[in-house]
Amino acid sequence: MLSKKLAAIDKTRCVACGVCENTCPIGAVKVRRGCYAAVEAERCVGCGKCARLCPVGCIEVKARDEA
Amino acid sequence: MKKAKHLYDYFWVYAIIYFALGFFNILFAWLGMIDFLLPLFLAIFGGNKFFCNHLCGRGQLFSKLGTDLKCSRCKPTPRWMSSKWFRYGFLLFFLTMFGNMVFQTYLVAAGAASLREAIKLFWTFRVPWGWTYTAGTVADWVAQFSFGFYSLMLTSLLLGLIVMVLYKPRTWCAFCPMGTMTQGICKLKNKE
Repeated sequence: MLSKKLAAIDKTRCVACGVCENTCPIGAVKVRRGCYAAVEAERCVGCGKCARLCPVGCIEVKARDEA
Repeated sequence: MKKAKHLYDYFWVYAIIYFALGFFNILFAWLGMIDFLLPLFLAIFGGNKFFCNHLCGRGQLFSKLGTDLKCSRCKPTPRWMSSKWFRYGFLLFFLTMFGNMVFQTYLVAAGAASLREAIKLFWTFRVPWGWTYTAGTVADWVAQFSFGFYSLMLTSLLLGLIVMVLYKPRTWCAFCPMGTMTQGICKLKNKE
């Protein structure tokens, strides 16, 4: 079953540092080809750990239907 | 759920050892070239930021201190710090300072300047560091590069620690010159 919330990344602001990838407890966030991070929507549980530690604040946890 | 640990998850220890060695023998500063060349190599030939994402000992150290030891206030990083003009401006400044350091090394190699057994913090404050080097051990230019390079590495560590305390544990990553450069290379290479 999918969670109600989901992490959404503003890829125009992402610096691809990988903090989110290393923080995500279920490995739902990956840095794509060194350019920006992307969330696997089906796996994300919306816990917000990535958003809390993102150094540029480009991750927001949103309701799944808004993301 | 615990993630499997890799050997590279402990590279923060390497960062501590690197900076500690610089207090005993400045020639170890040359080891820092790994932190300069490896990310570029991976970005140019691999088209990725594997170094930033997994191998950066300094970034891991900020995470350890900021998150695990709670040395960070975890406040939002000011938006301008991650803006393009600041990131690329800081990269330009950093590269200029790196070029200046290489030029100083050249002057010493050419005999036009003498070896200065000191490091410069924040590109401004000269700190005597002579106890870490015995004159004549290696060519003067090799030692000059060590002092210059260690200055750069220590300055960036201190900047990183300051922003770590003030903002998020890895706020340094928002404008790290190596991160900016490798992301730029990856974007060009992957046509993003």
